[in-house]
Amino acid sequence: MAEIPRSDLSVAEEILGGYPAEEPALIQILQDVHRAYNYLPCDVLERVAEALDVPLAKVFSVSTFYKSFSLEPQGDTIVKVCTGTACHIRGAGLLVEELERQLGVGPGETTEDLSFTIKTVNCVGACAMAPVMIVADKYWGSAKPTRVKKYLAKGGDDEN
Amino acid sequence: MRIESKDRFETLRAQARESNASRMQQVLVCCGTGCLAWGSKKVAEAFASEIAKRSVDATVDLFVKSTGCHGFCERGPLVALQPSGILYTKVKPNRVEEIVETTLIGGEVIQNLLYKEPVSGERIAQYDEIPFYKNQVRVAMRNIGRIDPTSILDAIAEGAYSGLARALFEMTPDEVLDEVEISGQRGRGGAGFATARKWRSCKAAPGDRRFVLCNGDEGDPGAFKDRSIMEGDPHSVIEGIIIGAYALGAHEGWIYVRDEYPLAVVNLGIAIAEARKYGLLGQNIMGSGFDFDIKISRGGGAFVCGESSALMRSLEGKTGEPRAKYVHSTEKGLFDLPTVLNNVETWAGIGAIIDRGGEWFASMGTERSKGTKAFSLVGKVKNTGLIELPMGTTLRHIIYDIGGGILNDRPFKAVQTGGPSGGCVPAELLDLPVDFEELTKAGSMMGSGGMIVMDDRTCMVDVSRFFLAFLEEESCGKCTPCREGLHQMVQIYDRLIAGDGVEGDIELIERLAAGMQLGSLCELGKSAPNPVLSTLRYFRSEYEAHIRDKACPAGICRELTAYEIIEEGCDGCHVCFKACPVDAIEGVVKELHIIHQDACISCGACFDVCPTNTIRTFPKIELKKAEVV
Ligand SMILES: Cc1cc2nc3c(=O)[nH]c(=O)nc-3n(C[C@H](O)[C@H](O)[C@H](O)COP(=O)(O)O)c2cc1C
Ligand code: FES
Repeated sequence: MAEIPRSDLSVAEEILGGYPAEEPALIQILQDVHRAYNYLPCDVLERVAEALDVPLAKVFSVSTFYKSFSLEPQGDTIVKVCTGTACHIRGAGLLVEELERQLGVGPGETTEDLSFTIKTVNCVGACAMAPVMIVADKYWGSAKPTRVKKYLAKGGDDEN
Repeated sequence: MRIESKDRFETLRAQARESNASRMQQVLVCCGTGCLAWGSKKVAEAFASEIAKRSVDATVDLFVKSTGCHGFCERGPLVALQPSGILYTKVKPNRVEEIVETTLIGGEVIQNLLYKEPVSGERIAQYDEIPFYKNQVRVAMRNIGRIDPTSILDAIAEGAYSGLARALFEMTPDEVLDEVEISGQRGRGGAGFATARKWRSCKAAPGDRRFVLCNGDEGDPGAFKDRSIMEGDPHSVIEGIIIGAYALGAHEGWIYVRDEYPLAVVNLGIAIAEARKYGLLGQNIMGSGFDFDIKISRGGGAFVCGESSALMRSLEGKTGEPRAKYVHSTEKGLFDLPTVLNNVETWAGIGAIIDRGGEWFASMGTERSKGTKAFSLVGKVKNTGLIELPMGTTLRHIIYDIGGGILNDRPFKAVQTGGPSGGCVPAELLDLPVDFEELTKAGSMMGSGGMIVMDDRTCMVDVSRFFLAFLEEESCGKCTPCREGLHQMVQIYDRLIAGDGVEGDIELIERLAAGMQLGSLCELGKSAPNPVLSTLRYFRSEYEAHIRDKACPAGICRELTAYEIIEEGCDGCHVCFKACPVDAIEGVVKELHIIHQDACISCGACFDVCPTNTIRTFPKIELKKAEVV
């Protein structure tokens, strides 16, 4: 079996330094870790558990409970499709299908080259522009399946 | 800079008002989520440099129109000019020079940048004249779109913290409680529990450490009022929380914000830092001797964390699993200490109630539901967006007068309120006055104020399945009736929409629903059957059609629906050809197109784009019958 590469823990140490070493800070710390590493690496979770003196099992249960955490490495670009009610009735399902066709992976999955991860989310609070698709941090309102390719190509680019 | 007395606060407010009034011209560039995405930062920069270049006497400020308001997000970036009140839409950096030249200097309106009313097609120059706004009464959203949310002085000039000054210097904590009681305000986060009653029960709990929390988790899909308030006027929320803390004798507070709302976190953070700088948070607030501070906590993305006990567990750094209701969080809440949790909109109303009096608030609304309520009006309606209206306004007024009616003038079918725990209110009840009681009577709920309008192209079986699947995913799994009940329900619905429903399924659904209502631990499971029961109540025949006729009357469920092009109407525009994801449509420009049934996946993409409405749906079973013949 290939050896699991170790993560650079110095980033984690820096994050841990910014919080009191107690359980209530756990979620906030995991959020920062997620942002920094783009997922929750196992060895970092072990370090967090140790630093906060919380059982590793508890850290895992929190890591798997909340939707914003992923235990797998994620793609460089996260593509989110809102499948909230307003987006659902305005055709969000067609967007997801088109994405699957374009990228060859489904919701929750990452392309093999780690370039894209597709996620479905429940309402991003921009229902007036439903259906909404977010590529990197760029919101596409009234998104159309026929334009999915374009949205992906433009990525987080500011220009419309 | 610290405000050390009431006098100092009043002087500062007067100065802020004066400086706002003396501003010659103001260019307001919207920086809400939608507009930012359209590149509004670049527009603001372009204005700043253009104005400097020509030394025009004007300032450029950022503001946030409530997110998604009026579908305006689609028309961003938005630029409002003061004092003229002109609103320009879709402003790109390359038009900035023209705006400065023609409007700021020349005083002329540029017609093609104005907002076009979708109903009348008329171009409207003044923001206030847009029908969508004219009909509203704004309390919780009083300053959204009027202030720069990142400027505390701007907020103070518009009245922020005036209620706090009044509470701290003119009222005892008990008088604040009395005032809130007089207002009759009920919680805006879902259940509609009376605010004053909740506060009193917390206050009566023994111990001297207690907490105030703000629920900014806004999990109901289709609702975004709390997001808009936190992004567009964070000070209203902060002021309300401080007043509540004063009434309760609490010194620590938290705002729990959904992870999907990054801009809300940023703007709240700035507002809290500014409030501290001005001595409105921290030690000895305004020199009154009262100490209080607020922290922000970002949620982890779990719907159930909006539930009060789950939210508190999450704040403690744990998984957000609710606990049984017999433990009251007002007595044993966060860290097992007395805690008050209120919704964002509830808190945002408190400052206004104290400033203007409980009687004023109670003069609006209905007998048992006082004041105004924010709704997000979305779905198949012409004007989508955020609205605030007195309780008791009819659905008809909301959907037709404010919403402008149904998209593409299709028939209205139902409006879904209350999120996944709510229900669907049918067309027969259009004259229903919207308040807590009436919605509950109609089998739905106020919830967090999402109103999702549905037209005849919405299948009620599909919508119910949507909510069940949502809740199945979001159930924390702690109790069996909710975890297993939802799972079984989804399986039954999967059968229904696949055409495999059998006689007795409806009764089975009803039995399961009753069990879940009785046996679930928290409101998530208890209220999960609501969408099911309300659609069964009003749209039972649609269920029966799925089961008996293997047909989806709305033409949505794919296994049951086929599409075809009506020969007479098709002008060969080729739009459907391009929209079809599986190349099932054949035809050349200007000639009749046809859909190949064997390749068609019934996704409806062609139907949605057809400009001449010449695609129709029919039950797939007719195809099979034809084959047999
Ligand atoms: C499953 C579930 C989800 C909830 N989600 C929210 C929410 O997102 N925001 C909210 O304010 N209240 C939510 N509530 C209601 C809260 O439990 C609580 O009643 C409310 O925050 C109290 O504030 P209020 O009295 O000001 O309405 C939810 C309740 C349940 C059962
Ligand atoms: S339902 Fe998609 S943004 Fe609200």
